[in-house]
Amino acid sequence: MSLITTLGRLEAVRAGHAQPAATVRHRRLSDRPLVLVPLTTAGETGAPLGALVGTDRAAPRLLAVPQPRDRDLRFAFLAELADVVLPYIDGYAESVEAAERTETDPETGKRVKVEVELCAEAPQLIVPSRAGIDLVRLLGRSMRFRRTAEQDPEAPHPAPPRVPLLGRWLTHFGERARVPGSSLLTALSELLARHWTTGQSGLEDQHLGALLAWIDPPEGVPGAEAALRAELARDADGQLLCPPAGPATDPAFDNRLLAPAVERYDRARTALAAAEDGLEADDRLGALTAAEREIRALVESRTRPTWDAVWHGIDLLRTLPEGAHVEERWTRDRWSFTGHRDRVLAGEPPQPRRDDAVTAANKLAAREREQARLDAQEALDDPLVMAGRRLAGEAFAGEVTDVVLAYTEGRRPSPRPLVTVRTDDRPHLGERARVHRSLDGRPQSAEFAGYAPDEGAGDGEGALVVLRIMDKMGRGREPEAGSVPEKGDRVCFTLFEHEQRGGAKLPDAERTPWTHGGPPGGSDAPEPADPVTEEDVL
Amino acid sequence: MPPPRTRGTALRQRLADLRGPGVQAKALDARALAALAANPGCRRRAILDGAGVDKAALADALGVPSGFGQSQFAFMRGNAFEARVKADGGAELLRLVHRTLDPGAEPPGRAEVPDLTAAGPEGRVARTALALREATGAPGGTGAWTLLDHPLLALDVAGSPAFLEPDAVVVHPDGGWTVVEIKSFPMLDGSADPGKVGAAARQAAVYVLALEEVAARLDPAPPVRQRVLLVCPKDFSNLPTASAVDVRKQRAVTARQLTRLTRIEDIADALPGGVCFSPGLPAAQLTAAVETVPASYAPECLAACELAFHCRARSRAAGAVTALGRSVRAELGGLSTVDDVLAAAHGEAGDPGDPAVAALRRAAALRTEALALAAAPGADGPRDPARAGREVSPCR
Repeated sequence: MSLITTLGRLEAVRAGHAQPAATVRHRRLSDRPLVLVPLTTAGETGAPLGALVGTDRAAPRLLAVPQPRDRDLRFAFLAELADVVLPYIDGYAESVEAAERTETDPETGKRVKVEVELCAEAPQLIVPSRAGIDLVRLLGRSMRFRRTAEQDPEAPHPAPPRVPLLGRWLTHFGERARVPGSSLLTALSELLARHWTTGQSGLEDQHLGALLAWIDPPEGVPGAEAALRAELARDADGQLLCPPAGPATDPAFDNRLLAPAVERYDRARTALAAAEDGLEADDRLGALTAAEREIRALVESRTRPTWDAVWHGIDLLRTLPEGAHVEERWTRDRWSFTGHRDRVLAGEPPQPRRDDAVTAANKLAAREREQARLDAQEALDDPLVMAGRRLAGEAFAGEVTDVVLAYTEGRRPSPRPLVTVRTDDRPHLGERARVHRSLDGRPQSAEFAGYAPDEGAGDGEGALVVLRIMDKMGRGREPEAGSVPEKGDRVCFTLFEHEQRGGAKLPDAERTPWTHGGPPGGSDAPEPADPVTEEDVL
Repeated sequence: MPPPRTRGTALRQRLADLRGPGVQAKALDARALAALAANPGCRRRAILDGAGVDKAALADALGVPSGFGQSQFAFMRGNAFEARVKADGGAELLRLVHRTLDPGAEPPGRAEVPDLTAAGPEGRVARTALALREATGAPGGTGAWTLLDHPLLALDVAGSPAFLEPDAVVVHPDGGWTVVEIKSFPMLDGSADPGKVGAAARQAAVYVLALEEVAARLDPAPPVRQRVLLVCPKDFSNLPTASAVDVRKQRAVTARQLTRLTRIEDIADALPGGVCFSPGLPAAQLTAAVETVPASYAPECLAACELAFHCRARSRAAGAVTALGRSVRAELGGLSTVDDVLAAAHGEAGDPGDPAVAALRRAAALRTEALALAAAPGADGPRDPARAGREVSPCR
């Protein structure tokens, strides 16, 4: 954490409400995000208990599993979830625009441009917290290898038809969420913590209610007090007034409310199964429906506050203007979405349990590259982020005090103007270090030529940095107008590059060297489904 | 009160007084011990745990309940899974140990499962030690597998004994001992949540330490294996799968931290007379009693200590910057309160020659500049309607 963030936290403590950690919004917020507030059953691996899901804040769809250990009920939940999520995703898969992509021609081996489709917009899934993202991944993993009755008529416990497809999509969303700066699947608490600094620790910021209490405390209540209430206040029955954002539930809720309700449901179901005639069955069916309704009400009571909090958070984020580079990163999300759409359409098998060496290396390289890109772009978009980089000596800002035109030696001299910048920052400039600035959105680079003697106030603060501008000045002998800073201009140079270069190219998966396990075992057979056991939990 | 005969009984009496009359001591478990070792500087936790005070009850009595609790769903499933792993005389468990840790040994056929019941914790500890000695036999082992189901081990923690109950300990045919930890979080495609595995490893390291004490009393001392067996449900099923976890590092860290714990005697001696932590006392008196022992609160405590909310409230009230995270404290040099730091940052106090103060002032200046730039009219800065009017100059 940079000292600037730390100061922000301390200022927040004193002010009693959160302080800005960003001056622009660094992530895309879709106009129509799909919000998912899931709950799981404690102890069972990701076994869903219920969820609120939907795109309309006023009308979420409530899903509940009255007996989380019952496989059929879990499948019914997942099928219902698929009914909401898949049409939402499909809605974005159809509208496309033409785009170009460079691909290696398989015959000639040359890089050629090909016309491809790019989805005009992409879906966005928002969950309350980081744990919600993990659950999306887990649900994806649990569903994508399932077999439906159509695929495998013999197997016991077939999955409902669209469940494996939902598993593949959730896996893709979960995988994409690991790419820095991506917005296909995001956790609201992380978005908020990125844009506001609260007066509590980062650990405590993971509590969505407490985080929101700091950012937007009720009128006249200090943030710390509001956050404490969100964290701990309980009603007369010992239930939290602000239920945790999940997916885990509060143990007091499990033990005092949920467990008795599940037990009542079980009893009603056993009674119904034992009913001897139609009349009796009708009565008992009524009892069962009532028990189920009770559990649905319980699930709604724990998810609705979080649902409202998520939309409240979205409202707060929307008040920030979008950063200049967000659109570009969102386009990468659209490519990612389009790519997976194409893989699904092409009938490719679900994502494997484990990536092969080349895919894994590619993923890691992509994440590192995107992290570097995100760091650079956020700094360029946001003076507050840039301030952190300046404090760290990775950038400097100042006023141009002198410009001297100079040229390269040679038959066709090119301009290499020397620009002197007075700065109070302390960049870590090595000899002939490259620095960069943004010139109408494109990076211009310069070379550090040395420090000029400072005749002004020699109070130790500030330095005169001489830079030799290297490029983006046109082809002529004279630099193009506006391409060289003028005396009196405010400029900001960074020591990091603005655009990321791709790393070394990795071989195709079929040419994986033996050091990395050799080519992936050439079985084209689809990965087997998880074995179904009697006590299967998900 | 009759005069104490020895220093040991004196301490025991002193700790009993701290607990309060008629209050049973709460045994330290491995989880608490691992948490204690993670924050060795906290005297409050050390004395309360050492005296066997029920911190959850104490937190309730202080009016800041801990919020720790276990869902009965998780509890039931954890028990069901453990029972399944140990079913049938531990056949499945021993098969896992054999395959994962000791494939060279002869496969476990019928294993010894000695009865470990005895009266009282001391009795159970003695029974466990005896069973371990019998199962180990002559140097080189007895050639048979033995499973100890829920043995009880004792470990000296800062001068008072803690009783620890691992899920199981296995004695190999060659006489080596292995700690088995059974957890109900899943191992998905061969990997599990690293945070949970880390916690399990720290817990197992405590058992390894305790086992080593038992082993040291045997001659020759049988080897305590430094790789423990972590048993978890496989993927989404209820079937067990296992993985060997090397706990040498955690063991070394825990051992070092335990030696660093201030001796409980010393803490107890520093307390004023008449201090008592009995949950039956009024809240004001308890608050004063708790205040007599210094704590070292950090946000990590929230996940590990029942008293954390109380300590947090005190820490915040005192304006301690550590309440915002240990890393925050680390970069602020000698400044430890919010007011000191802000005064230094805004040039109201502090020595500008101090590098920490100089860095703070630069940070404050840069932050103010950036916020002013963003808020300047015309610039496409942020306007937060929720905040409008309230946040004109966050850095004065």
